[in-house]
Formats: sequence, structure tokens, C-alpha cells
Amino acid sequence: MEETWQLKLYVAGKTIKSAAALSNLKKYCEEYLKGKYKIEVIDLLVKPQLAEGDQIFAVPTLVKKVPEPIRKIIGDLSNKEKVLVGLNIIPVNKS
Amino acid sequence: MATALSTKKDTNIRLQKSPTGIAGLDEITEGGLPKGRPTLICGEAGAGKTLFGIEFIVKGATQFNEPGVFVAFEEKSDELAANVASLGFDLKKLVQEKKVRLDYVHIERSEIEETGEYDLDGLFIRLGYAIDAIKAKRVVLDTLENLFSSLSNEAILRAELRRLFEWLKTKGVTAIVTGEKGNNQLTRQGLEEYVSDCVILLDHRVQNQISTRRLRVIKYRGSMHGTNEYPFLIDSNGISVLPVTSLTLENKVSSQRVSTGIPSLDNMLGGQGFFKGSSILVSGTAGTGKTSIAAHFANAACMRSERCIYFAFEESPEQIIRNMKSINVNLEKHVKSGLLKFHASRPTLYGLEMHLLVIYKTIQEFKPTTVILDPITNLVTVGTVSEIKSMLMRLIDYLQKEQITVLFTALTLNTIINENTDEGVSSLVDAWLLVRDIEFNGERNRGMYIMKSRGMKHSNQVREFVINDHGLELVDVFLGPEGVLTGSARVAHQLMEKTEDALKAFSLNRKDREIERKSSMLEAKISGLRNEFESVKDELNRIYQEEELKQEVLNQNREAMINLRKEKVQQSTKK
Repeated sequence: MEETWQLKLYVAGKTIKSAAALSNLKKYCEEYLKGKYKIEVIDLLVKPQLAEGDQIFAVPTLVKKVPEPIRKIIGDLSNKEKVLVGLNIIPVNKS
Repeated sequence: MATALSTKKDTNIRLQKSPTGIAGLDEITEGGLPKGRPTLICGEAGAGKTLFGIEFIVKGATQFNEPGVFVAFEEKSDELAANVASLGFDLKKLVQEKKVRLDYVHIERSEIEETGEYDLDGLFIRLGYAIDAIKAKRVVLDTLENLFSSLSNEAILRAELRRLFEWLKTKGVTAIVTGEKGNNQLTRQGLEEYVSDCVILLDHRVQNQISTRRLRVIKYRGSMHGTNEYPFLIDSNGISVLPVTSLTLENKVSSQRVSTGIPSLDNMLGGQGFFKGSSILVSGTAGTGKTSIAAHFANAACMRSERCIYFAFEESPEQIIRNMKSINVNLEKHVKSGLLKFHASRPTLYGLEMHLLVIYKTIQEFKPTTVILDPITNLVTVGTVSEIKSMLMRLIDYLQKEQITVLFTALTLNTIINENTDEGVSSLVDAWLLVRDIEFNGERNRGMYIMKSRGMKHSNQVREFVINDHGLELVDVFLGPEGVLTGSARVAHQLMEKTEDALKAFSLNRKDREIERKSSMLEAKISGLRNEFESVKDELNRIYQEEELKQEVLNQNREAMINLRKEKVQQSTKK
């Protein structure tokens, strides 16, 4: 059964870092998770109350809740390998 | 910019402070922590940093109407609330009332990957949101350093921390940041670099197996502050610091007097007893009745319907009550009526400073007019003489300020009076009674002196101090050619004097009677002579009358003769 990667990217305004993170993320997803991912960008400047729920303290933070386990990746996601390991995409890639 | 400039001007005049509400700390810092600035609280694990922060927030919310945000990096909000509930802080209620906001920043190392550049804006936003939600004036971050163990990019962290503190300042919140003590630094990550306004170190030291918590204001920019190490106590009411060394000697004094409970001792002190609010030291060797004097004093206070606390370091309250019953002092009824409170603790229970704090707190709660410490010498087991002296000095200071009369008892270990003993408090106290053994004539008796009593006339004599079923009494000792006599020697002497008196009275009687007899004899003599005199007078009278009679008869005869001759002449002429 196909799983959908539900990804939330927390940012604080349109900064260079958040833009970089978003474009990196989109790039990896297109490459490895084509058609089975969903990206939600949450701007904490607009919805600061959401920060507490996902325990966000740094931005940008990418949160993956589904599929389990929960993973958080902070930073501009420039290190491709770390992101892929973090998102448990590598095993998918292997197959 | 203009507002920033004007606030700067204000702070130049006087640094604004935010009271912590922590008992004693505001006195040390002369008003509290720097308002609108971050303060670093550092210390080892278990030093009380978190509690300090919580209390700052809770007191701010409840006493100073300053809502606060507590950001925990270590404990979950629920755990935190449960932990401090035992201290009487109802965090949940305060949270509901929107006076306090708890935020638990949980960083699960295993869930996190770091890739590339990031910043801590998330934290800023969370904090900012929390601050704005309740219009917080106070923020506690406990413990920021946890970030360092969770994140590996130290360069970013440091830059972000610097930014965080700047940001907190612009937010205008008074912040507390806690940090664990590092090896050669105040904190492991050198947080002190970022927080430069106020740094407070909490310390937890074990000395002679007794642990004492201490607090020291290491730095406080732009403000006077106490520089000493101040012991502090964590008990059911949270933290209390004792700002123990009062800097001035400006205590007001009373000229009101209080009875010692022993009338004859009052007489020695100008007839009225001690000054109210003064400190009295009763020292003496073992078994000289120091506790008895103390119990009398306590009893007298309770009799005046005043409150009294009895700090016992040697005997249990029951023991004291029982023992004092034997000398006709009923302390039990005062305990029952709530006027007298016993506070018994082993000296080794905690450190000296802690004792002082406990005494201080108990006094503040009970509000007595009289305090008794029996005996202060036992405290030697937990401190050096100089430590005890400084402790007592601060205690006396405090009591004087509160106008509480205090009586210490002290055990002198040697029988020779040593003016330097008694933990050196003899110079601090206002009155010093010395009870000593006088060994003479094969028995020991108690003698009492008043070594000093500031500001009043007092007897300079030694009194014999007698403890009997009725209580304590002071008896004038006998000062005679043989020296000072006490005990049975004194009684013997008194008996001797009595005998002498009787004898003297008897001999006086005899002399009186003799004189009486003599006088009656003389009177008899006088009456005899008077009789003689009467008879002589009679005789004289008789002779005189006889003579008169004789003269009369003679005159009659002569007249008769003359008449007779005339008749003869007439007859012859007729013839």
C-alpha cells in the first residue's frame, strides 16, 4: 500500500533560508516521492500559536509525522543525504 | 529611538528593579532584579535554580501583578506544576487565570536532523506569542543550555543566544536564564557572556556532613548589592534568603522594662528587669540552672499574655515541661493556650545558617515578644566559634529591629570565668548574667552575678541562687570576716547570728531588772530619809512652840507681878 508523506515546513517569513529549504524540499520530493507527498508550509509569523504543538524552536524546520516515526529536520535542507535519511526515503530509493 | 533614549535616561537616575518576592533577596539586591533585563541564575544540579525561576514567576503573578512566562527545557509543564505544588504554588490555577504561561520546549535528539543553516526564530516566535498572550512582564528560561546538548551547530546557537537576549531586552521583560555550573566557568556554555546585567550564583555545599544552600550576587551592573554569600532555605514556602548582615546600627530602642520572672532578680536590675527588645545572655557551668532561669523568663512573658518561642537545642519540649514543673513553673498551660511555642531541633539537623533561617522564619510566623535559645553552645557542633558569633550577631540585629527580647543560655565549659568564652556574644548582648558554682565547705552552691547590664543600675553583688520547689530565689550571700558564705555555711552563720541575738536579748533583760531593783532600792532609801526629815522638822517645831509658850507664860507672870505691885502702892497711899 502506498503511503503519503505528510510534510510540514515551518518557516518564519520569507527569508533566504526558508526559500532555500522549500526549494530543496520540493526538489527531493519530486525526485524520490513523486505523487505521494504533501507539503504544507506554515509561516509562524502568521500563526505563531502552531509553534508549540510541533515543538518548533528553530526555523526552518521540516516535520514528518506520517509515515511513522516522527522526524524533524532543521536547517535549509541543503544536505541532501541527511534529508533523505531523515525522511526515511533512502530505503524507498534502494528498491 | 527617542523612547530608547528616554528609558536610558531613567535608568541612569535609578536602575528600575523588579521585585522577586523571594524573602530576603530583594533586600540584598535593594529592590529585586534589573527590570527589563536578563538575569543569569547559575548553580550546580539541585541548587534550586528552577525553583528560583518558578518562584519569581509565581510571586510576580500573585504579588506584583506581573504575568510571567516560564519556558522549561527540562521538565514537562505537568511535571513542573506537580513539583512546585508541594511548595504551595498552584500553577494550574494561575495558568487558567492567564497570569502564568508554561511552555515546554521539548527537543528530542533522536528525532532531529540538522542540515545547513537555520536560526532560532521558532523559539523567538513561540516566546513572543506567549509573552503577548498574557502581556507578560517576566520570563524564565530554564535551562537554555539544553539547546547545546540537542543541537550541534554551536556557532549558530551562540549567535542566536546573543540575539535572544537582545530581543528579550527590546521586549521589555525581566528575564531569568538558568544555567548549570561549568568547570571553570559559571555556566557550562559560558552564558555569562551574554547576560551581563545581573548574575546570581546558587551553591549547595556540604561541610561536616551538613549541607547548606548559599546564594551570592556575583554581579549587578549599575546597582548596589550585598556581596556576601547568603544562606537560603527551601521549605514549604519556597525560597527564603536571609539578608543576614544588616549594614547599619540604627535600631530603635525601647525604655520599657520586662520582668525576669524572678522578683529578686528584678531587684538586682534596678527593680524592673530587662529592657524590652534587649538581648540577655545567661552563662554558666553545667547544672547551674540556666534553663530554669530561661523557663522563668518564658513563664513571665506568658503570664503577661505575650507570645514566646522557646528554641531548645538540647532537651525535648516534654522534658523541659516536666523538669520545670518540679520548680513550680507550669509551662504546659502556656503551650496549651498557644502563648508558648517550643521549637526543638538537634543542632546537627542542619547547618548553622539554616538554624538561623529557621529561627527567623519561626519568629516571623509566630510573632513573639520573647525568644529563648537554649543553649547556643550546642551549635558549636555545627560551626566554628566565629561562625556562631556572626550568626548570633545577625540574629540579635534582627530581633532588636523587631523589638523582641531574647535570652540565650550558654554553657561555659571551664569553671574559671573566662571573659572571652560564650561564643564571643558577651560583647553583643545587652545584659549578661553569670551563674557559677561556688564550691566551699564541701558543697557546691550557685552564685549569680550580673556581669553587665547596659543602661540601667544593677547590683554588683554576688547573690546565692537557690532552686527550690517554689521556683528560683536569689538570697543575699553572707559577706563576713570569713569571706563569702553560701549554702549551709550561710545558713549556719544565720543560725549563729540568731543565737547571738537571743543571748543578747537575754542579757539585756537581766540588766534591765537590775536597774529596776536598784531604782526601787533607792526609792525606798529616799522615803526613809524623807521620814527622818519629817521627824526632825517636828522636833524643831516642838522646840519652837515650847519656847514661845515659855515666853508667853513669862510675860504673863511679869504682868501679874507689875499689877500686884501697883495695888500695893495704892493701898499704901490710902493708908
